[in-house]
Amino acid sequence: MADLDSFRAETRTWLEANCPAEMRTPMRSEKDACWGGRHFEFQSPAQKQWLDAMASRGWTVPDWPTEYGGGGLSPAEAKILKEEMAALGCRSPLTSFGISMLGPALLKFGTEEQKKHYLTQIACGEIRWCQGYSEPGAGSDLAGLQTKAEDKGDHYLVNGQKVWTSYADQADWIFCLVRTSTESKHGGISFLLFDMESPGVSTKPILLISGNSPFCETFFDDVQVPKVQLVGEENKGWDVAKYLLGHEREMISGMGLGGEKQALGAAVGPIDDPLLRAEIATFDVDALAFAAMSERFIDQLKAGEAHPAMPSMMKYAGTELNKRRHELIMAAGGSDTLEWDSERSKDGKAARDWLRTKANSIEGGTSEVQLGIVAKHILRLPGA
Amino acid sequence: MMTLTDDQRMLQDTVRPFMADEGAIKPQLRHWRDTGCTDGFGTQLWKQFAELGLTGILIPEAQGGAGLGAVEAGVVLEEIGRNLTPSPFLTTAVAAVRALEGSAQAERWFPGILSGETVAALAIDEGKHHDPSRIALVAKRQGNGFVLNGTKQFVVHGNSADVILVAARTGGSPGETDGLTLFAVEKGATGLDADTATLADSSKSARLKFDNVALDADAVVGEVDGGWHPLSRALNAGRAGAASELVGVAAGASEMTFDYLKQRKQFGRLIGEFQALQHRAAHLYGEIEIARAAALKAAQLLDAGDPRAELFASVAKAKAGRVSALAVQEGVQMHGGIGMTDEHDIGLYMKREAVLSELFGSPRCHAGRVAELSGY
Repeated sequence: MADLDSFRAETRTWLEANCPAEMRTPMRSEKDACWGGRHFEFQSPAQKQWLDAMASRGWTVPDWPTEYGGGGLSPAEAKILKEEMAALGCRSPLTSFGISMLGPALLKFGTEEQKKHYLTQIACGEIRWCQGYSEPGAGSDLAGLQTKAEDKGDHYLVNGQKVWTSYADQADWIFCLVRTSTESKHGGISFLLFDMESPGVSTKPILLISGNSPFCETFFDDVQVPKVQLVGEENKGWDVAKYLLGHEREMISGMGLGGEKQALGAAVGPIDDPLLRAEIATFDVDALAFAAMSERFIDQLKAGEAHPAMPSMMKYAGTELNKRRHELIMAAGGSDTLEWDSERSKDGKAARDWLRTKANSIEGGTSEVQLGIVAKHILRLPGA
Repeated sequence: MMTLTDDQRMLQDTVRPFMADEGAIKPQLRHWRDTGCTDGFGTQLWKQFAELGLTGILIPEAQGGAGLGAVEAGVVLEEIGRNLTPSPFLTTAVAAVRALEGSAQAERWFPGILSGETVAALAIDEGKHHDPSRIALVAKRQGNGFVLNGTKQFVVHGNSADVILVAARTGGSPGETDGLTLFAVEKGATGLDADTATLADSSKSARLKFDNVALDADAVVGEVDGGWHPLSRALNAGRAGAASELVGVAAGASEMTFDYLKQRKQFGRLIGEFQALQHRAAHLYGEIEIARAAALKAAQLLDAGDPRAELFASVAKAKAGRVSALAVQEGVQMHGGIGMTDEHDIGLYMKREAVLSELFGSPRCHAGRVAELSGY
């Protein structure tokens, strides 16, 4: 315990000295995040300074091993770092699908060379990744995917289309599920990594109801992918995919926490309507209880006590909660929050955020898919 | 860390089979209900609690107890909830012990609680809803002591209690937390009338009438006019504890229900194959896990003396109450007709949930407190 106490004290001192004041204000949206990558334009010198400072200690990925660019922290130390960052209001130095999704999968399934190469790039924010999972005909039924990868000796030839590829137009590399065999549905899928600048890759942003385009359609036309970029065994990509999905769901469930430290009822300003106050109070009970659950879930994960299907439960609960949060923000804001383009409304931020949350319970597997997984794998209900 | 320690797990490993065997529905709840027991619980089982060291779980080691905390009490209460075990554990070993700790009255009552001979009750509510700041029962100074006049209701185990902790007003006015004083009133005090009712869950609750009940000054627990402190300690512990018991009720009811989904056949298949039921079951499962986390968080904050403990005791009580209500309602509905029969146990869970949800404040009461404590 004494060691942890001194770690906490040192961490606090270091963060106070190294986290620029500008990086201690809440992020206003996903746009404020530091995504890294070849083409990323830092919003300010402070944002870059903060990323470099954290990356130099491996603290963009505190619990990864140091040989892959991580901080090598124990679960208890990583938790302390997180708590101290929260206490100072430090922004996350790097937001990346490499950290939250691909990294854990590579740590488990990657070769030593793949880990050394890709993980260190992820840790310092050098390469920005996107996820090639869903296809027009393979949404909830993800394993029905058809993007084909033909064996051409030293490389695969990839043809097909992905959809809902988050930030594909800004990403450097893609981790992608492809079909290498048609003999078995789940047993014919492989997990490939490739450069988005490869000849034959193109992307097209999709305009959403929020007016933003965080997702793309991604097309592959005779894309050559060297075989060394296969993760795990050929035709065993579904194991990698499922493992990664667990981490994606874990990440998405964090939305249930919201960004605010305050209770929603305090954040939305004075509430005159007693019915709305009651609804928001009920929400705040659920939100605080969910925050306790998130903390417990992470501790259980680190202790190896979490059921493998728990991320599905967390994803379901967290996203449904986040949707409720934004419904209530809209209710509390009344007609003020319906403005779409005024300066007063910051270009309709409340309304656009509200609409964005509707994807939460669809992306990463719908709520219905998550409930099905819980019913089957945790409750072991028949025929689920 | 929000996982149980090795010691807490050992306690769980001891208490779980004990409650499942000795505290089971058939030999306890149904037995005492059907034999017209006046206490509503078995005094022999309460003695067994004492032998296991459970009655003194929160009593400091220096005073002969186990010196454990709210997390350990929660471990015990979840098993009590799961088996609907009737006992005065929550009122006596948790709430009353927290009220009495550090006071002169502790010396008087802890030995009996430790040995399983003493039962304690709390007299707080005066109306049909829990609202302790509005306490109006008057304690007027008289000579060296006090005279109490007024009424209390929902005094669980009030008829069996050897000592009743009565929250009374010695100053201020209803709505204020200052001016309250906590008194330890012994069984059989002159002028104290108890009207006992059996509640829906077969537990016994008293409505008390205080008609010039004279008490010595040493009946005061803590400070005169400073009763809010011991009362808050008792209520926070009681609320967090009730939350754990409600999680146990929800867990017991849902496990019974999930098992039923795997046994009952209709339309030529197991009803658990129907997606309409699968999704509701999965949702319920998640809600129970969240409620359990909230109860654990509240208990840990209480044990750490954290200022957020009061907020989380309300969060836990509100969340566990709502989730437990969902569990028993889904439980009865998914059991269908058999769930409406007295013969089946699922309905007993519904009755227990109703009482426990109201005790120390309903989910609505505590959602309101969460709003107030959050500044809106």
